[in-house]
Amino acid sequence: MAHPHKSDRPQAYEAEGTRLKDRLAFVDRYPNAARITRLSLSVSFTALAIGALLGIVQALHRTNVFRGLISSVDYYSVLTGHGVLLALFFTIFFLTGIFTWGTSRSLGRELPSPRFSLAWFLLMLSGAVMTSTAIFGGLVGQIPFSADVLYTFYAPLQAHPLFYAGLAAWLVGTWLAGADWFRTYYRWRQDNPDERIPLQMFMIMTTMLMWYIATLGVAVEVLVFLLPLSLGLIESVDPLLTRTLFWFFGHPVVYFWLMPAYFAWYTVLPKLSGGRLFSDPLARVVFILFLLLSTPVGFHHQYADPGVPEGFKFIAMTNTMFLLLPSFLTAFTVVASMEYGARQRGGTGYLGWLKSLPWGNPAFAGCALAGMMFAAGGFSGIINAGMNINSLIHNTLWVPGHFHLTVGTASALTMMAISYWLYPQITGKRLQFYGVAQIQPFVWFIGMGLMSNAMHRAGLAGVPRRTAEPQYQQFDFAPVLGSMSEMRLQIAIGGSLLTLGALMFVFVMVGTWLAERGRGQLRVDSHLPEPISGAADSPQVLDNVKLWFLIAVVLVAIAYGFPIYSMVADGVFNPAAPSFPV
Amino acid sequence: MHVHRFERLWLVGTLALIVLFIGTVTYGAVGAGYGMVDATGGQVDPTDTTGGENFREPGVYNGSEPNHYDVYVEAKQFLFVPGTSEPIRVPANSTVTFHVTSPDVIHGFEVVGTNINTMAVPGQVATVTVEFDEPDEYGLVCNEYCGSGHHTMEGTLKVVPESKYNGTSGANDTSSNTTMSAGNATSTATATNEVN
Repeated sequence: MAHPHKSDRPQAYEAEGTRLKDRLAFVDRYPNAARITRLSLSVSFTALAIGALLGIVQALHRTNVFRGLISSVDYYSVLTGHGVLLALFFTIFFLTGIFTWGTSRSLGRELPSPRFSLAWFLLMLSGAVMTSTAIFGGLVGQIPFSADVLYTFYAPLQAHPLFYAGLAAWLVGTWLAGADWFRTYYRWRQDNPDERIPLQMFMIMTTMLMWYIATLGVAVEVLVFLLPLSLGLIESVDPLLTRTLFWFFGHPVVYFWLMPAYFAWYTVLPKLSGGRLFSDPLARVVFILFLLLSTPVGFHHQYADPGVPEGFKFIAMTNTMFLLLPSFLTAFTVVASMEYGARQRGGTGYLGWLKSLPWGNPAFAGCALAGMMFAAGGFSGIINAGMNINSLIHNTLWVPGHFHLTVGTASALTMMAISYWLYPQITGKRLQFYGVAQIQPFVWFIGMGLMSNAMHRAGLAGVPRRTAEPQYQQFDFAPVLGSMSEMRLQIAIGGSLLTLGALMFVFVMVGTWLAERGRGQLRVDSHLPEPISGAADSPQVLDNVKLWFLIAVVLVAIAYGFPIYSMVADGVFNPAAPSFPV
Repeated sequence: MHVHRFERLWLVGTLALIVLFIGTVTYGAVGAGYGMVDATGGQVDPTDTTGGENFREPGVYNGSEPNHYDVYVEAKQFLFVPGTSEPIRVPANSTVTFHVTSPDVIHGFEVVGTNINTMAVPGQVATVTVEFDEPDEYGLVCNEYCGSGHHTMEGTLKVVPESKYNGTSGANDTSSNTTMSAGNATSTATATNEVN
């Protein structure tokens, strides 16, 4: 154990004895990293607020509760905005924020160049603004912009060039952000040649390596095909090829949403529970598994696609099932760490310890509720992954029911919860409206419980996703569980509660942002206790990120090499489908 | 590296679960004979879908064997042809291969309440082979966003009693009762009420 002297001290000593450095707010120790984190989070929360407002419009429109605000044609602009703003901008600006914080905190040093950090942030921001302009231009008749192509922008549907150019700029910004964190790491390594990589830094590095591999697919799709197509430089594309390139990126991006949540669950949640992380080495194993397995699974989004041989779907299915391993290991470690914390706080019994957890602390409550919903989302995900049973629910409302539990709760609610803990440290301001923050995670949890269960059941009845009016003239849906009107009502009420929950969160954040510094001492500090089982006795090879990166590249080549070769062998643009501007 | 006993047990249990899941999918493919939509449908020119060998004028055709039928469906903005303006009609107790493609953008072809669920991708022909046991009526839905009228894209599939089935008189069917090879139709699924 790294600090054996600590274990025999009374608890009170732990709190008081925390080194002075940890008691100084993060903003005072690393002002540049704190500024970049603040800027990233402010964009993230703005995207969340707008995306959540679009969400309630959709929930009420497609359930036919209220259709007065938009037409069914504009529904698709709203849906594109909801998807892009929440899935790309809310989550990934949060990621750049918390990873900037994590880099500085875990290495104990500033990012090397404030100008470079600001440059990647501004590049990402300008890209996000361009893409959003193209999307919301679709709602205004006089503006020639339109990008009603949804978050997946499948060709040959074609958006305004601004949509693709913005995405490309934003993407390059994320690459530079990663380069900034790696650069900070290499400087730290020069000063600390023999130390193990700090756990948070290790998680940031493996996540970013996964991102560099994954974004290659979407970068080629956008820069080689879609942007030239929208500019009229080329006339047609092969829709199966561009779709495959999208899903090369489209599944790992799921882990790019989840990794900030895992990062928080492993490194911050044990402290919030009053305990310590169970095992540092297994946390590293989990992140290595995600680096290896996140990308060679994209074909599981194309189970229903013609033109892809069954064997490649089978390989993707097998890899996908193995992704259960890191998620199950995480469930174990997170629950074990929470139980350890609860017992430190005096909890007893097989399940009685649950009562001793700090449910009144919004940061803890949000993370714990998010983890619980993630378990449910994991099980519906296993159905999606099951190649043959997937045919029953492919592209039905089941699928958004599933991912609102994963990205929409496991990621989103954890991000909100951790912000209650993190934001005071990067501003030096005490969290305002604490009572609102305390109930917010429960509002989200109830809202998602209503909406998601109804979406899953509607999907089983065959109700399609991505549809403005899922009520048809020629037939009726025959639900297995419940009635259509009851499901619609649950979706409408659940969706409204979720928008309310998001706005409560943004209200607390804006209130804190506008508060003065020095109004009350911070309730939080950034000291993270040592894991019960530390990194010191784990094999050195775990830290060999180059090795893991190379293995990941090989696995991707096996899963994608031949299918992509066979799609381009008959000509990169064949079979040629002309574009359809929206 | 210390791994707690409980954690090791959990790890072994998880691996067993993974093997079980892969096993069930493998059984579905090999044992139960469930065939995925795959590359056997071949390719077409999206601007001239009937120009090659892999796709025919939309409609219902007799298959290569008795009680086998081939249904060629074009999914396009915002119609199924056939399916939307007139129902697709096939007899009960038959084996049917759907051949689905799109001349414009990506669509979905979902027979509501069954596991007939495929993408219609321009340039590719999706083939799904299923068995219909009893007379019934199903809804057809496009389940992939395909443009501003996406929510209006629907249709009907009627499985009629064999006695009431009056030949392959589907829409635009210029070659009724001709024999054609259904060699492309290797994927099989069962679309029956048991699916629910």
